[in-house]
Amino acid sequence: MAQPRVLVIGGGLAGLSATMRLAELGVQVDLVSLVPVKRSHSVCAQGGINSVNSLTRQQGDNEWKHFDDTVYGGDFLQHQPPVKEMADWGPRIVDLMDRLGVPFNRTPEGFRDQRRFGGTLFKRTAFAGATTGQQLLYSLDEQVRRWEVEGKVKKWEFWDFLEPVLDDAGRCRGAICQDLVTMQFRAFPADAVIIATGGCGLLFGRSTMSMVCNGSAVSRAYRAGAWYGNGEFIQVHPTAIPGADKLRLMSESARGEGGRVWVPKTPHDPRDPRDIPESERSYFLEERYPKYGNLVPRDIATREIFDICTNEGLSVEKDRLCVYLDLTHVPRETLDRKLGGILEIYEKFQGVDPRVVPMKIFPAVHYSMGGLWVDYEKSSTGGLVEGSPRNQQTNIPGLYAIGECDYQYHGANRLGANSLLSCIFSGLFCAPGVIASCDSGGKKAAEESSRLFDSGLRREEERHRALLGRTAGDENPYDLHQQLGNLMTRVATVVRRNEQLAAAYAEVCSLEERWRRCAVSDSGNWTNQNVVFTKSLGDMFPLAKLVLKGALQRDECRGAHYKPDFAMPGIHATEPAEKRREAEAWCDRFEANTRRWLKSTVATCGPGGEPEISYQDVDTSLTPPRPRLYGLVGGEEIEEVWKNRKHAASAGVDAHRGPAAFAGATG
Amino acid sequence: MIRSVESTGHHDGGQPSQSPADHGGNGHSAPQRFVRVRILRQDAPGEESYWERFEIPYVANMNVISILQQVAAQAKSRDGRRVAPVAWDCNCLEEVCGSCTMLINGRTRMACSALVDRLLDESADEIELRPMSKFPVVRDLVVDRGRLFHSLERVKAWVPVDDSYDHGPGPRISPENQEDAYPLATCISCGCCLEACPQFTKIELVRREDESADDFEARRTTAFDAGFVGAHAISQAMLFNGHPTGKMIADERLTALTSQGGIQMCGNAQNCVAVCPKSIPLTRSIARAGRAATVWAIRKIFDR
Repeated sequence: MAQPRVLVIGGGLAGLSATMRLAELGVQVDLVSLVPVKRSHSVCAQGGINSVNSLTRQQGDNEWKHFDDTVYGGDFLQHQPPVKEMADWGPRIVDLMDRLGVPFNRTPEGFRDQRRFGGTLFKRTAFAGATTGQQLLYSLDEQVRRWEVEGKVKKWEFWDFLEPVLDDAGRCRGAICQDLVTMQFRAFPADAVIIATGGCGLLFGRSTMSMVCNGSAVSRAYRAGAWYGNGEFIQVHPTAIPGADKLRLMSESARGEGGRVWVPKTPHDPRDPRDIPESERSYFLEERYPKYGNLVPRDIATREIFDICTNEGLSVEKDRLCVYLDLTHVPRETLDRKLGGILEIYEKFQGVDPRVVPMKIFPAVHYSMGGLWVDYEKSSTGGLVEGSPRNQQTNIPGLYAIGECDYQYHGANRLGANSLLSCIFSGLFCAPGVIASCDSGGKKAAEESSRLFDSGLRREEERHRALLGRTAGDENPYDLHQQLGNLMTRVATVVRRNEQLAAAYAEVCSLEERWRRCAVSDSGNWTNQNVVFTKSLGDMFPLAKLVLKGALQRDECRGAHYKPDFAMPGIHATEPAEKRREAEAWCDRFEANTRRWLKSTVATCGPGGEPEISYQDVDTSLTPPRPRLYGLVGGEEIEEVWKNRKHAASAGVDAHRGPAAFAGATG
Repeated sequence: MIRSVESTGHHDGGQPSQSPADHGGNGHSAPQRFVRVRILRQDAPGEESYWERFEIPYVANMNVISILQQVAAQAKSRDGRRVAPVAWDCNCLEEVCGSCTMLINGRTRMACSALVDRLLDESADEIELRPMSKFPVVRDLVVDRGRLFHSLERVKAWVPVDDSYDHGPGPRISPENQEDAYPLATCISCGCCLEACPQFTKIELVRREDESADDFEARRTTAFDAGFVGAHAISQAMLFNGHPTGKMIADERLTALTSQGGIQMCGNAQNCVAVCPKSIPLTRSIARAGRAATVWAIRKIFDR
């Protein structure tokens, strides 16, 4: 039997870890990437990677708590078995990266140092300065280069994935790609295709994401029939540096190392921030969330910063929104050792030394929790069955998705330093299952008749030619992209309202219509970035629509998806009985909302290109959903009522079980 | 030069679009300033290069990337001709991916962190953009830096682990060792050190009509192997020779560094360290490599 051949699209953490594992298991891998893989967006990840470790374990931490923090932080929207498996793999993944040479920061005794990140009370985050993503990516890049020298991996850098090739039975048999230098097309027969192309920040114009994060590969798979899950869940990072071309990330690790967020109590106080006394500052996160302080989960920190600027009018500056992120109380030596990379970015792009002067920051679009819908096979212990071909497989057999572009691990909100883990985990873990899938597909793709690939090649060549010929249109793709980005940022980020979402949907349809009249300003057929951009812009509209429609239909607040019209306010009564009554009503509403909305959103591309949305139940078999109460007014009261209910419910179950259950429960 | 003219349009002040600054139409028309830029263009490998000039609306805090984005959007030269957008490489826009290296006002640097205000201080008339000169031009400002990555293969810049199964943590490493290694590990493969190096000269081969892609690739690899590996690769070799597991193949790296195109080609101009955007101590790595190579050569004599 011929050796299986796998095509990996995207060379960030997920794509590289899958490639490394597949090559090690004897599979021939073609690795396609828009940029040299060492330049992938994972390089921008800063803060660190989470796992239970020997230190936290002795402080009461374990894999279950990491799992629980992740699903609680994600507002219970993720299927629990994959998250459990990921948390279980955390320690061995960090160990592996350590062996690969990642220069993790060290304790004086030479162990890996750890810091605390948002949404947990444990120091679970291993880090390499403030460029952890870069260091993890490089070590995987190095291993893949090793396999390249061995002849197991062939890289196709500066290539664009255009469409998956499906056989008559609907199984993925490869893909059509294009060389971005010569503009030549090529069919890649493959026994499985893995998409690992990251997020879709460019839908929002400027974000913390890199320029390759345009979502085009995912959009192309979606239009070929792949389902898209939880599209409306977009993480807006609380702290980014505003810029004309990009909103650069200021890592959560700045707060993990003691950074404090504040605004002057006097609106637009003109004084130098260093001259504003403590008593005239509002450390609003610490005041409102005494337990987590500046390290509340990202969705909450983002809303608070947005709110204090827009609703309370306390933005530091008058004509642009920002708050202070202050590190000036931390010793310079500590800052340089633990945060050097990100502080240099601030200094370089803002011309101000953040070790001396508080930084000015504001939220920015950062991560796509949603992505291609993928399957998994649950094990008897509640995790996943390793080697199952279902793990990470989309609804199209033979087509897989891993990393940020799958929807599986982060639910409604991702915790900081969990993304690097989910990317590496999904890449490593899927490999044996992908191979099993290759072996189950009957004859090898390389033996397929060329007819299968010819029609895709012809279709893509034709699409390209048609676009090149569009020199007479009256629309400019770069202007349209800016309009799309401004629209999506305005209506589909921190605060969402139904009337705005509905209007925006219509507006995206009209932008898409105008896109059809785009003129290309370069009609040549050599390194034509203009036509490639125009094509990828066209791919953004289907994704923008599913984000908007998913958000419009979901009438609730969950994680990053916040609709004030459906918010559940805290408890304001002071009289004990009334307080209890309000808490009971709150819990009633919470339970009703859970029944109605604790569902994965699944978008399929309809015949006219419009998204069709359905909902699937979420597997919450490991831990039942509970109210997410970080800092909610009256949260203690609600928590008490909630615990009583759960207690009563479990007592009720026991009572129903009767003597037989009792007899069986002697262990 | 920044020229001022009256304009009624307002521009994006660089804030997220929730910001009121984006909607700054207060009825006053601020004078619109423009930035002039000249770009050395080339349509394809082997073609003649030519200058084209552009004029871009000035925006506060803009960088060379925002200039090039605007050049692409307007697709019009300063004299009003419709021209194809300028091709250039970029990705992260925060100086960590290493894509956007070019010659800006004659100096090799990253386009993303090249801020226009400072460039105008250097040359108030016009900003000049040229492609790197040590790599073959693909188009306009895009060059082929494949050789840079090939050098990493030559020096085996990796930790030779057995496999990716679970074998517990890596070796204990002192904080001093980590702090020594970390700066070397932040190399973004931008190629600035190679562009500035007098010993690193351009290798540009053209595929012959009768040559297969594989044959061309093999010929190119042979040519690369004969050329100087470059400061970045020497520094990576030292990074891995300093790692407890990495040093298990230290001899193989030293073999590479002492063969053709190796460390002996370094002329000690020290330009590399001067232009490195990440301030990596490249000359220290080169000195270490030189010492290690000498010791190793002597040891080899006695080991015979």
